[in-house]
Amino acid sequence: MIPMRLKDNVTYLVGDKTTLSKPLVPYEESLCEFLYELSSTLFASKEAAAYPDIIAFAFWCRKANIAKLKADFGDRRTRLGLGLVFHITPSNVPVNFAFSFAFGLLSGNANIVRVPSKPFPQTDIICDTIDRLFSYDRFSEIKATTAFVRYEQNDEITSSFCANCNARIIWGGDVTIRNVRNIPMPVRGVEIVFSDRYSFCVIDSPSVIKLDETELNTLAERFYNDTYVMDQNACSSPHLIVWQGEEKELAKERFWMAVSRAVTEKYQLETLNAVDKYTLLCHNAIDIDDITSFKEHGNHLYRITIDSLPDNMDELRGNCGYFYEYDTDVISDIAHVINTRYQTMTYFGVDKTYLLDFVVKNRLTGIDRIVPVGNALDINVIWDGYDIVKSLSRIIDVK
Amino acid sequence: MSELTQHHYSHCPQYSKILDTLSFDPTIKHTLEDIPFIPVRLFKDYELLSVERSKIVKTMTSSGTTGQSVSKIFLDRLTAANQTRVLTRIASDFIGTKRLPMLIIDTSSVLRDRNLFSVRGAGILGFSMTGHDVTYALNEDMQLDFTEVEAFCNKHKDENILIFGFTFMIWEYFYKKLAKVGEQLALGNGILIHGGGWKKLNEQAVDNDTFKRMLNNVCGVKRVCNYYGMVEQTGSIFMECEAGYLHCSIFSDIIMRRTDFSVCGMHEAGLVQLMSLLPLSYPGHSILTEDAGEIVGEDDCSCGRLGKYFTIHGRIKNAEIRGCSDTYAS
Repeated sequence: MIPMRLKDNVTYLVGDKTTLSKPLVPYEESLCEFLYELSSTLFASKEAAAYPDIIAFAFWCRKANIAKLKADFGDRRTRLGLGLVFHITPSNVPVNFAFSFAFGLLSGNANIVRVPSKPFPQTDIICDTIDRLFSYDRFSEIKATTAFVRYEQNDEITSSFCANCNARIIWGGDVTIRNVRNIPMPVRGVEIVFSDRYSFCVIDSPSVIKLDETELNTLAERFYNDTYVMDQNACSSPHLIVWQGEEKELAKERFWMAVSRAVTEKYQLETLNAVDKYTLLCHNAIDIDDITSFKEHGNHLYRITIDSLPDNMDELRGNCGYFYEYDTDVISDIAHVINTRYQTMTYFGVDKTYLLDFVVKNRLTGIDRIVPVGNALDINVIWDGYDIVKSLSRIIDVK
Repeated sequence: MSELTQHHYSHCPQYSKILDTLSFDPTIKHTLEDIPFIPVRLFKDYELLSVERSKIVKTMTSSGTTGQSVSKIFLDRLTAANQTRVLTRIASDFIGTKRLPMLIIDTSSVLRDRNLFSVRGAGILGFSMTGHDVTYALNEDMQLDFTEVEAFCNKHKDENILIFGFTFMIWEYFYKKLAKVGEQLALGNGILIHGGGWKKLNEQAVDNDTFKRMLNNVCGVKRVCNYYGMVEQTGSIFMECEAGYLHCSIFSDIIMRRTDFSVCGMHEAGLVQLMSLLPLSYPGHSILTEDAGEIVGEDDCSCGRLGKYFTIHGRIKNAEIRGCSDTYAS
């Protein structure tokens, strides 16, 4: 229960404070149907059309994709959701809360989702749509087990939500996570944290040189989507580009020219971000001894080549088109810098089994995703090394 | 400027690393526009010196509101002396060379408290060189001392008076107080010089015109002159002329830049880069601010002064909050 005096500090965008906790079997048909309906309603919405991130979410929860996830889940054992999941979603990514909710829902749970306190139009569009779907009788079960709340960061309110939940999902920076971890939850409570991660990209030079103009532009577009679309702020956006293979300089020249063209066409760099990038460049110039070169394609694209990867490579992060580059002939060269912070390795022209081998054979503690360039931001039920649906449900063992 | 660039390149290791990274060769001649600039935030993150530390006589800090990092500017004897000299020189062009009785809208404790010695202290100290019978209008609790101020006004009622203070302080503790008690001060023959930034006043929807009008209402002051400057370039300030524009002096220059850092045309709003000939002990001769502004003209201002004249539009959006004077209230 939220303490009386704080009641007014919590806004219920969807649902109310009587969220029922009645678990279902993961991927139960009514849950899937709700997401199909949500998908098509968002696709049909004029308001939503203006936001590519809402459309991406709608695309994710379309029938074909959910059906595929359900088929892939293929667990012969009987599972039920854990009960009630409390979600603390990230303040900097507008629609992440919707994915978090969908994961909780598909795993058969009741959900209380704390949306970002920063007002994004996306939050209202999605919450309003869900609220409208809840007027249908067939979704009354889900309605009774769902709430979206907004409140300014407040440990007492968070505590009141944590006190009764069976699981909590925390998306956020290290400080947020440490802070929430201090808040107790029931002893059987499951906690999933999605902390700050670091991501990088591996590109094979000859494969870039081989591309014709159209293919090259497609690659550049895909890279653009991984990076500039979220100003490189997403955990899975690469900051470091590792080049391998012959004729690296030629490949880089081709690749970055194409990226630069895509960026010039589509990206609006804010003046403040230009100042931030230049300031970071000055910082790097002072702090990093191994800068071999700095190249800029206008202020919208900065490239720093470094000679050797420092142990704290994962602290070197650029935003809004600021990349570190490193040349190597064998990928295992970079194994020593990989730690638990590394999340996504995007690749182009490199065999994925070779990359998987790199992770397994070197017995690395980091890298949870190996995906082609262009798919960095594709969030899914398997994320940060967890199968979220499995983690949020329990097995009923029958012998 | 080229000589300064070379000087800092040879004496400030961080500065030389930046220039090397930018592939800038300081040994060859460059145009003014090509000289690299240092983002002002760097003075918060590093201690940048171009002289030996033992030569430093004064460390100036920007606003010290809690939790915010402060800029640290290291002055040797020569740089500090030049700052004062140039400040006096620039001010004299607006208030004449004769020393005027001076009323400071602040508290004298700003100078006594070493911790407060910052832009505010430096400004007060610098400007008080141009005045005599320096009187502080506020007591230690930031309350307007009516007796003291009225005595000062009576004593100098037939003279020109120099009034100096920080924009926000004047508004908050001088104007608001006078307006509230409905008291009129006889400062009709005063020249008010103020600076420190408009951020807090803009939040209260007070612009330069309103400021002038309201001040005139409470104390009759007719000449109100704003100045623009950065702690990184103390001394070579930009003064507002009779026509309402800020002016470069022979010690300074300004360039507006677009988001891609190319140089803006006349009347085109851009990011403000400031240049000053004064910084010798730290590499602050060419800095990139987080303010936006536009050049209005060059050599043809109706006030008759030569050089570039411009206006400042305020901070660029979302800029890290930089206080300009260590404002008491925040």
